[in-house]
Amino acid sequence: MKKIYPNKAVCIGCHLCEVACVTAHSKSKDIILAHNVEKAQEGLAPRRNVAQEGPVCVALSCRHCEEPMCVAACISGALTKNPETGRCEYNEEQCVGCWSCLMACPFGSIRRHPVKEKIIKCDLCAGRDMPACVEACPNAGLIYEDRGKD
Amino acid sequence: MAFAPINKNYHDFFVVRDKDACINCQVCVRQCSYGVHYWDEARQCVRHDNTKCIGCHRCEAYCPTQALLIQEKPSNFKPNALWRPVFIKNVYKQADSGGVLLAGMGSPVDIPVYWDKLLLDASQVTNPSIDPLREPMELRTYLGSKPTRLEFETTPEGPRLKTPTKPNIKLNIPIMFSAMSFGSINFNLHVAMARAATEVGTYYNTGEGGLHESLYKYGPNTIVQVASGRFGVHSDYLNAGAAIEIKIGQGAKPGIGGHLPGEKINAMVSETRMVPLGSDAISPAPHHDIYSIEDLHQLIYALKEASDYKKPVSVKIAAVHNVAAIASGVVRAGADIVAIDGMRGGTGAAPAMIRDNVGIPIELALASVDQRLRDEGIRNDASVVVAGGTRCSADVIKAIALGADAVYIATAALLAVGCTLCARCYTGKCPWGIATNDPYLAKRQNPDIAAKKMANLMKAWAHEIEEMLGGMGLNSIESLRGNRDKLRAVGLSQSEMDILGVKPAGR
Amino acid sequence: MKYVIVGNGVASVGAIEGIRRADPDGEILVISEESTPTYGRPLISYLLAGKIGPERMPLRPITFYDKFKVKMALGSKVVSLDAKAKTVSTDDGNTHPYDKLLLATGGVPFVPPLPGKDGSGVYSFTTLANAETLVDVAKNCKTAVVVGGGLIGLKAAEALHDRGVKVSIVELAPRVLSAAFDDKAGGLVAKRLAEVGIDVHCGTQATEIKRDESGTIVGVHLKDGSFLPAQAVVIAIGVVPAAALAKDAGIKVDRGVVVDERLASSDPAVFAAGDVAQAKDLILDDNRVVPIWPNAFNQGFYAGKNMAGADSPYLGGLAMNSIAFYGLPTVSVGIVNPAPGEAGIELSETLDEENATYRKLVFKDGKLVGYVLVGDIDNAGLYTGFIRFKFPLDADTKAKLVSGCPSILQWPEGFFDEKFNPVGAQEIV
Ligand SMILES: Cc1cc2nc3c(=O)[nH]c(=O)nc-3n(C[C@H](O)[C@H](O)[C@H](O)COP(=O)(O)OP(=O)(O)OC[C@H]3O[C@@H](n4cnc5c(N)ncnc54)[C@H](O)[C@@H]3O)c2cc1C
Ligand code: SF4
Ligand code: SF4
Ligand code: SF4
Ligand code: SF4
Repeated sequence: MKKIYPNKAVCIGCHLCEVACVTAHSKSKDIILAHNVEKAQEGLAPRRNVAQEGPVCVALSCRHCEEPMCVAACISGALTKNPETGRCEYNEEQCVGCWSCLMACPFGSIRRHPVKEKIIKCDLCAGRDMPACVEACPNAGLIYEDRGKD
Repeated sequence: MAFAPINKNYHDFFVVRDKDACINCQVCVRQCSYGVHYWDEARQCVRHDNTKCIGCHRCEAYCPTQALLIQEKPSNFKPNALWRPVFIKNVYKQADSGGVLLAGMGSPVDIPVYWDKLLLDASQVTNPSIDPLREPMELRTYLGSKPTRLEFETTPEGPRLKTPTKPNIKLNIPIMFSAMSFGSINFNLHVAMARAATEVGTYYNTGEGGLHESLYKYGPNTIVQVASGRFGVHSDYLNAGAAIEIKIGQGAKPGIGGHLPGEKINAMVSETRMVPLGSDAISPAPHHDIYSIEDLHQLIYALKEASDYKKPVSVKIAAVHNVAAIASGVVRAGADIVAIDGMRGGTGAAPAMIRDNVGIPIELALASVDQRLRDEGIRNDASVVVAGGTRCSADVIKAIALGADAVYIATAALLAVGCTLCARCYTGKCPWGIATNDPYLAKRQNPDIAAKKMANLMKAWAHEIEEMLGGMGLNSIESLRGNRDKLRAVGLSQSEMDILGVKPAGR
Repeated sequence: MKYVIVGNGVASVGAIEGIRRADPDGEILVISEESTPTYGRPLISYLLAGKIGPERMPLRPITFYDKFKVKMALGSKVVSLDAKAKTVSTDDGNTHPYDKLLLATGGVPFVPPLPGKDGSGVYSFTTLANAETLVDVAKNCKTAVVVGGGLIGLKAAEALHDRGVKVSIVELAPRVLSAAFDDKAGGLVAKRLAEVGIDVHCGTQATEIKRDESGTIVGVHLKDGSFLPAQAVVIAIGVVPAAALAKDAGIKVDRGVVVDERLASSDPAVFAAGDVAQAKDLILDDNRVVPIWPNAFNQGFYAGKNMAGADSPYLGGLAMNSIAFYGLPTVSVGIVNPAPGEAGIELSETLDEENATYRKLVFKDGKLVGYVLVGDIDNAGLYTGFIRFKFPLDADTKAKLVSGCPSILQWPEGFFDEKFNPVGAQEIV
């Protein structure tokens, strides 16, 4: 399956991927409304987050694991592995906010929704051909491609 | 602000932020390496300190909502034709610092750009133009010493060349990447230049910082440089490239040496240059073993000896008043290529006074060198390569018509990867990740992307050169070389035209 | 190939998904005593609390069983296992042959021999049916006593409280959540419970459930002499593995069904997973019963793959619990209460009572082996990663973990690219 591969050798830590993520997951899909209006009203937050240690940065989000620990831990059925697409999918309706997946994912890819008792997690931009973060990255710090299984 | 030097508020730029568009993403905060933008905790928004801005436009380019505009600050000094603001501000600066004014990149001063005064010819009716898309068009160029006449002998296997030939290097495009040392620009860009040169079939010059071993594999497209500091020079290095260049002078700072501050000497630079980590790398103004043409001759032959006479040796000099005589001496000393660097050539760091006031424009230097070598009958003994202020393919083609075999580009190559000519290369804080070895900044140049852009630029110029050649009814770059009849001048004095060897437009 | 799975909990779902990774067509039959398709067992407290409706209970969409080509025998209890004949028999008189059998029977609630326990008004809290019953009970009940201050007990108490019942909790240990948490975390949780009005009685135990002449419960006597009036009692002091079938069939059972790395029992055709299994532990390097949800799923998944012939070793379970009490989230993973004086152990505790946050890290031999987070749990997953991947820690990294700043960029060189940027990892030159 196609996945997003982050490259720490060239990620410059600009956080534009986060900006794109928030915009793509907003209602308006408008960068300014998403950040200046919706964020305050509905608690939009990026599903991809940039980690930095000294000069090294990398933008991380769900790696859509072959054997996802989050799915194993999810008590409500909100997280499932789609056997056809390979994506690790999240259904917000089902989530009860028990944070089991947040605890279980050893990659720290799951976050709490800023206002709801729900999680947020990368969905590889369901409905888009190219994930927003990959498209926004100015330095090819994120590559979306199929590299075989995991 | 209190306790600030008097010039603090006479800064050059100011930042305009469109509050409605700003989403407080702090992208600008992270991109600016000069600390202009910052997150204001009290007001919970991004703000800026205009005094620190050096006008690199990085933030403007990266702001995802185009909320930023970097503007020149029009200082409201009273107008004065003599005391222009730059002089006033420089005095303030030096009164504060007591130091030499430093500058980076090529000189921005208003000396005539002769490229702009030269116009190209085109065919009409009698000698039809050539369509490069349908007919062959030869841009291939060989650099090195060429025999003046060829002798052949007949053998049972057919005719054979009798004249001994000297080593030449083959360029698919008459443009090369000029010397920019590893250290003054970072490794990612060396990788990019090496890959781009390999892709388009030309050369890049290592500059005086040596060559990291991991780049030896690009050797067939590399020119290795030997400068007065002799950084990273050893026999493997000399044999790693396709040609060797002795750097005598640099157009941006003729007559003076170089100084790479210790902060730029990281582990890899130190290993490559063979200098201690963190210590300043100083290139003396002269080569301490060259005080005459004879000494130069010795060095040229020492290098030829070390490389088995398999590689052409180039000598790079700055365009100064006596450049024609100097070039003649260089050729007579045995150089296979003379590279002339004009006064608008770039630099990583130079004293501003020298950059802006020493040397002569490359167009005049080129014309006089070419003429002199012809007059002396030694033009074929060496190729002439020019550098310093080539901005577009038309400049390249005009240079060739004036007599150059090829041109070196440096500033244009850096522009291709984002440089905005803010001219603060010497600070080591280049926000575009070019003139910096700070790992946080240097990775802004992804070698994959940079190589692609540099190669694209070369290819684009090559296409344009083919178009212009075709328009003149020529099908090879060879036919244009030194063909000054293809040039006409506008707005030049008679003596300038004499030096350039061109007629005025209309004649 | 015919697979039979006994039990329809999460281990069973894991097994179905695991089998189908390796065998798209083999016949799968699930036999379960409970008559509903798999539901999120821990969700019963959310249901009882009224936070979710019954429609949210199913763990997988109704199409799941069709999509994965699974036959179901719901409401049917397996009463015996004939390991020689490779058959199981059910209480409705059917006998099902199998090639590979998975015991995913979970646990049964443990009810201590407490005087007064038999009769109406005493409930367990482990099934959907239990929850539905308690929803009705709560309508006419003013006060209730929950026996057991562990995870399930507290969740039951919280849910009943949300239904307007006055609840008291009785816990033998000196603090609530004694197994999965430590004193300080337990203290923060107890404080939160007290704030919302749930009584907690620790360090004592129920001695008798008192009934009136009609048999109706009137309250609970405690060892410390006090008496808690109540109309209902919920007993939640733990579950024991439902391993009787295996034991009777001569399969090796210790506390639970003992399984190897492939999740196979002493009978190679019989596998076990979930609360019934005694399987490998990631940290302890020993088999033990850790009755938690993620382990049940993973064991089921690996059992499924191995039943289908994949030969995929189970890396071992990791004890982990995440629960929130009235908005106070808590997470506990791995070894959190090391035995006093255990060699090579190093602890770091950071408590901020004002903001109700607490962070405890347990290191053993230079590696992170466990942690507790209360309040600020956002970095939980990253800490779990350090435990799961068993990274040796240098002083710098350790200091960062201790200060609450774990990061994937602290991973050992090379491991990042292996996990996040395999093969394509950029080689600059
Ligand atoms: C209220 C509550 C809250 C919990 N919260 C959490 C939590 O937040 N996090 C966590 O990690 N864990 C939690 N747990 C524990 C978790 O639910 C269990 O670890 C998990 O459900 C075990 O799954 P299982 O598939 O092994 O067994 P079970 O879910 O117990 O399923 C076993 C199934 O087998 C059936 N069965 C048993 N014997 C037979 C037989 N002979 N024939 C046919 N069918 C049979 C049973 O009816 C049952 O349906 C909680 C448990 C409860 C009760
Ligand atoms: S959330 Fe974590 S465990 Fe789940 S698929 Fe993504 S990276 Fe893997
Ligand atoms: S947009 Fe690209 S370079 Fe910028 S932080 Fe994200 S991954 Fe890194
Ligand atoms: S990058 Fe643009 S939008 Fe973002 S904080 Fe700066 S000015 Fe505002
Ligand atoms: S990034 Fe460059 S242009 Fe922008 S504020 Fe900083 S120095 Fe000025």
